[in-house]
Amino acid sequence: MNCKQFVELVTDYFEGALSNEDVQRFEEHIDDCFWCERYLEQMRTTIDSAGRIDEDSISPDAKDSLLHAFRDWHSGQQPQVREPG
Amino acid sequence: MPAPRAMALPDAEIVAALKRGDEAVFMDLVDAYTPGLMRMAQTVVGDPAAADEIVQEAWFAALRGIDGFDGRSSLKAWVFRVLLNTAKARDSHSIAFSAAVGETEPAVDPDRFLGPNHRFPGGWMMAPSEWHGPDDEFVRGEIRASILRAIDQLSEAQRAVITMRDVEGFPAEEVSAALGISDGTQRVLLHRARSRVRGAIETQLGAVEPNTFALEHS
Repeated sequence: MNCKQFVELVTDYFEGALSNEDVQRFEEHIDDCFWCERYLEQMRTTIDSAGRIDEDSISPDAKDSLLHAFRDWHSGQQPQVREPG
Repeated sequence: MPAPRAMALPDAEIVAALKRGDEAVFMDLVDAYTPGLMRMAQTVVGDPAAADEIVQEAWFAALRGIDGFDGRSSLKAWVFRVLLNTAKARDSHSIAFSAAVGETEPAVDPDRFLGPNHRFPGGWMMAPSEWHGPDDEFVRGEIRASILRAIDQLSEAQRAVITMRDVEGFPAEEVSAALGISDGTQRVLLHRARSRVRGAIETQLGAVEPNTFALEHS
């Protein structure tokens, strides 16, 4: 396995989609190649950082209209109470 | 921002609370899912104003259809699926997932590797250099900005997959099911998207170095 091939297999490696032989060749390559070890680490950092992008918060107006929709939906769900008589 | 309280509850209890009309739980759910739903909606429709409307509609549709949630997927995955269906119903265009996989797209520019006649064919010529101090506040900011820009520039198919997998943290099976694609397609798109995002960070940080050893021993 060379470096050009290595970089194409990183996701398959993370996802457990490689054959046992390919896992072995992949890991042997990491042991021998300082740059690919670094590359693999950078892919981990990329995935990890993507999961920690601070999210934009929802606007108060949009929240308000969703809350109203929720109240309407819930009152529509309730069985209608009949006045006796 | 601390995780909203309701998110610690099992899905079945969240659903029961919604049916009881528990507004706090609903608002926690809105806070927790809406940013991701917005990102997904923008992936599918492009225009932010239209995405906003689709997210609102998706919430209405999710409430109306809550009895259809059977617990086979997570509640979050189910809400995302409602969103995708809402978007599809409004906008007849659908993402060309299979076509996107047909094109070849190397993870790293082939020119960065040594050629077939070199002593180390396929080895790095312009190698990745260290991302100095990813724990550093400034570098973290640069990485974050690169990721957001890079995700924006991906194809729709790649953007949909990386948003669900890496930004929102869904497992592979839920992403394949929600997008209606095979595991293999999901993996190929994810790989290309991640590779591009890594490349964007590297470019932003200027983190490339020549493999002087190989170049001197050719």
